Parts: sequence; structure tokens; C-alpha cells
Amino acid sequence: MEFPEDLKYSKEHEWVLVEGNTATVGITDYAQDQLGDIVFVELPAIDDKVSKEDAFGVVESVKAVSDIYAPVSGKVLEINDDLPDNPEMLNEDPYGDGWIIKIEMNDPDELKDLMTATEYEEYVAEEKE
Amino acid sequence: MSDPTQKQAGLLLDEPLIFERSRPGRAGVSYPNSDKDPELILPAELLREPIAGFPEVSEPEVLRHFLRLSQWNYGTATTFYPLGSCTMKYNPVVNEVVARLDGFAGLHPLSPDDGAQGALEVILAVERILAEITGMDAVSLQPAAGAQGELTGMKMIRAYHVDRGDARRKVLIPASAHGTNPASAALCGYGTVQIEGNRIGLIEVDAVRRAMNREVAALMITNPNTLGLFEREIMQVAAVVHEQGGLVYLDGANLNALMGVAKPAHMGADVMQINLHKTFSTPHGGGGPGSGPVAVDALLEPYLPTPRVRRDANGLHWSSDFPKSIGRVRSFFGNFGMHVRALAYMLALGGDGLTQATQMAVLSANYIRRRLEGAYHLAFPATCMHECVFSDKGFEANGIKTLDIAKRLLDFGFYAPTIYFPLVVPGALMIEPTETESKETLDQFIAAMLEIAREAREEPDTLHQAPTHTPVGRLDEARAARRPVLRWQPVSPT
Repeated sequence: MEFPEDLKYSKEHEWVLVEGNTATVGITDYAQDQLGDIVFVELPAIDDKVSKEDAFGVVESVKAVSDIYAPVSGKVLEINDDLPDNPEMLNEDPYGDGWIIKIEMNDPDELKDLMTATEYEEYVAEEKE
Repeated sequence: MSDPTQKQAGLLLDEPLIFERSRPGRAGVSYPNSDKDPELILPAELLREPIAGFPEVSEPEVLRHFLRLSQWNYGTATTFYPLGSCTMKYNPVVNEVVARLDGFAGLHPLSPDDGAQGALEVILAVERILAEITGMDAVSLQPAAGAQGELTGMKMIRAYHVDRGDARRKVLIPASAHGTNPASAALCGYGTVQIEGNRIGLIEVDAVRRAMNREVAALMITNPNTLGLFEREIMQVAAVVHEQGGLVYLDGANLNALMGVAKPAHMGADVMQINLHKTFSTPHGGGGPGSGPVAVDALLEPYLPTPRVRRDANGLHWSSDFPKSIGRVRSFFGNFGMHVRALAYMLALGGDGLTQATQMAVLSANYIRRRLEGAYHLAFPATCMHECVFSDKGFEANGIKTLDIAKRLLDFGFYAPTIYFPLVVPGALMIEPTETESKETLDQFIAAMLEIAREAREEPDTLHQAPTHTPVGRLDEARAARRPVLRWQPVSPT
């Protein structure tokens, strides 16, 4: 299971890549593994407002339907248009082609509430117990 | 244990699509050629061109085709059906006989009241028996399914609060709830607040107290919960909700574990739905239809859907004279055929019989739990009610997941239990045997589960390849959902 060092992680198993004031968001390798084969993705629209810890989208796997939560607040800058037709990208490349949205952050201070790769790896290990 | 699936292999008749059976010129019935030109004797709009790809098959082929497909059906009439949470009760044949009596089956829904007195008596009798079993004050049979019953209940809760000038905004829902609970609350305009269960799977009064305030319209709680565990603090929990002016919605999906033994009204419920297709043995699923009556206490009775059956000097009649009612939620009077079947079940068993059905359901579930808890991880080790929840924990080393266990059970001739629900248990495997299974059947199921646990440890590939003794093998569920093939396409002639 991968936990890239350059990302930040939420308790709801989203990852965040920070570049300036832009946060790219996806679900983690652990999340996709737990969900199983993902068959459907529902994305927000560009310019939608998202709030930290509120659901902004939905992923559906053969097992269950789950909300995707915003790790930070802001405005949706970009969405991954390829995902709805190719939801398997979330399973195959969760940190790359499987990115979900890019958010223009309101308050970069919110990033402080997220975990580092090491912290997240420990968090996942505890959740498995 | 030798491979018990072996002896079934010879009966696994594969069956192609009817289109694939087609051969040009073959027919079930040969009609004489017409001696008149059809265009001369039929109006033009009744004439059609030949239909491309229309199957051409003989009568025995048609008969075998549909009979074989019917034999692929699984239900309580063919096998043990331990689908947890769904309560796949055996549907007694007498229910079907009674529902087909001319007076019920032939009755027009627009018949005047004085021509439908017997049917109105049935509705009233079912309402009264449900009120007795739940301890509630009044019942409406209108909702056509459990989820619609929930929505009806939540609409009444909203109407009650709005009536008092205090609409409120939120509904508390345990993490283990059926997904329909938050959906029903949301449809009524409420935000939902999730209450986590404790380490033994139960809701604690302190957790509810922390979340409860004057913004909260109701708590929706399932008892026993979806883990098959009795919510021991339910009375204190209800008291906390009531103290702050909230109401308690009790999801009656698992009433079959309480019937005749404990009454939801005594636990503090103000409103609940009752799934006739679960607790009262009416049919389920695709065939159904379902039926989800709502029962309420005196506080909510004014808001019940209309029309309601009333009795006066002239007998029974429908009345809509209830000004606070939320109105009609279903055309006509709900799924009346299900009310007849449920009444047949209630009267056939009687009060003592219904109580015994509950006791046997709980006994069967606990028998399975005890026999399997050494071989499978029990999510919450405690005496259960009518169902028990295991998981795939402990099989990770061999790459065995719940889906593999479920698929392998098909090879042993058993319908698989509910899997991956409730969501609070990762890899859940939820077994609900119901009250009618013999000890021999339970033992056969247990033997299959124990053999599968052995295979999972010693020969995991057997599970990964399962099922192998079914008309089709392991299906690619993900591809089926991502790239569905929705219809047969003819192979173009070359």
C-alpha cells in the first residue's frame, strides 16, 4: 500500500496535493482498496463551493456507495472529466490519473488539520485493528 | 467432508438465450397458408413487416427454455435463504390461497364501501393486530414498502413539529442504520447527525445526550440494530430525546425479533414502520410487492395518512375527515393483497405462535453464531437476536475476502448471506436463518461454512475460483456495472 510523502491526508481517506493556493484532491490507495472495484463517480460542477468535511461527490463500488469529503474549503477549479467514463482509474492510479477535483483554497490554514504520510499510515494501521 | 457439490454437476443444464436457440424456419405451431391476400382483408395499420431476429423455435424448445430458467430461480421455496437484514421468511402457501379467494382477488378498488365490508374488516383487523404487537395507538396500512413507511413516519414527525411552530432541523441516526433512514430524513428536509456505536456495537445514552438539543426533531433508531443486537439503553435514549421535545422513530425492520416478546411502544417509540414482507411472511423483492404500514402513538395519530377506516352504525367506511393528516401517500389503500396475506399468517399462528416464531428465529441465529464463531470472526461477540454478523477478518493472509466466501457457498447449494452490510463492519457477512429452518438444514449450512473456512486456510484458490458449480462462473461485477451490455445483438450474417 502506497502513502506518497508529498501528500497530506484526511481522516476520511482523501489525499491533498498542495501547489500554491490550489489543492488537488483524490482518494487514497487504502480507500480504493477498501471500496473494491469502483463503478460510478459523481463529481461537483466547476465553480461549486465546497466546505471542509462536507461531501462534494460520490463514489460507488460493487460493495457500497460512499461520499467523498472535501479536506479543505474553497471553490472547484477543475474536475477530472475522464473519471465518470473510466471510474477504474480510481482503483488503478488513485494518486495520479485518478485525481478527482482541484480546489482553490479559501484558507490554507485548514491544511494544518490534515495528516502527514507517516501519520496517515499509522491511522490506517489503527483502523485495521 | 468430501466435495458435496460433485453430485449436483449432472443437473446443471446450461441454457442459451431464446434468440440463440433460433433456427430459420423452425416453428412451434404451423398455420395453414392464407388463401386470401392479407392486404385485402386487414386494415393497413394492422399489417407488419417480418421482425428481424425474432426467435424461431419449436414448442419443446420453448417449454424447456422457460422451465430451465425458472429452475435457476432461488427463493425460500427452493433453498435455505439466509439473507441477513432482509428476513427472507418462508411464505406459507395458505397465504396465497386466501389472497386468491374471489372476494379479495376480484374486488374492485373503487367498489362502494357497503360492497367491500369484508375487505375493510381485513384492513381494520390488521391495523388492530399490529397495534397490539407494537403497543402503538393507531396504524395506517397505506405505505407500499418499508422505506415508504419511514418517509411517511418522518413526514408525520415534521407535521407535528411544524404544527407546534418549531420545525427543527436535524435528525439523529446511528452509524449502523439502514441507508434508507438518512434518505427518509433528508427527503423531509432534515440534516442528519450520525451517532457512533460503542465498542460492543450499541448506542449509549451519553452519546445521544451529547448530540441532543432543541434543533433535533427526532432520533431514528433500529431495534434490534442492524448488527442483530438489542439496544439495551433504548428506554434511557428515548427519554433523553423526549426531554428535549424530540420524537423517537423506531425502524421496525427487525420487528421479527421482538414480536410477541417486547413492544416498541414500551421502549419509547412514537412512530415506526412495520415490514409485512419481513415480519409477517408476505412475499419479497421483485415479486413482492412490499407493504410498510406505519404505527403511531396518540401524539402522532392526527397526522396519519388518509383515508382511514372508521366504524359507525352502518358498518365500516373510509373517512378523510382528519384535518391534520399528511394526506394520501399511496393510491387506493396500499398493497391490499399483502394485508390479506399478513392477516392469514397472524391468524394461522395466533398470539402464541407469533411469539414462538420470534423465539425460534433468535434461537436459530444464536445456534449458527455459536457453531461458527470459532471459524469466523464475529464482529461483536455477544448473544444476538435474529441475525449474526461475521466478517472476513483473519483470512487476509490468504487473500480471502467476504465475496469469495459468499461465492463459494453457492457451490454448496446455499444462497449467500448479505455481504458488506452493515457498513460499520468491514467485510461483513450477515446471516439471518429465520424461524422455519430445521436443525438439519442449519447443520448442513454450518458444515458448508466450516468447510469453506478450512478451504480458505488450506486451498484459497478454490474460493477465488468459486463458484464452479453454477450455470455461470464468477461474474465480473465491476465490468458489468462499468460497461453494461443491456441487450442481445444478432451476429450479422457474413
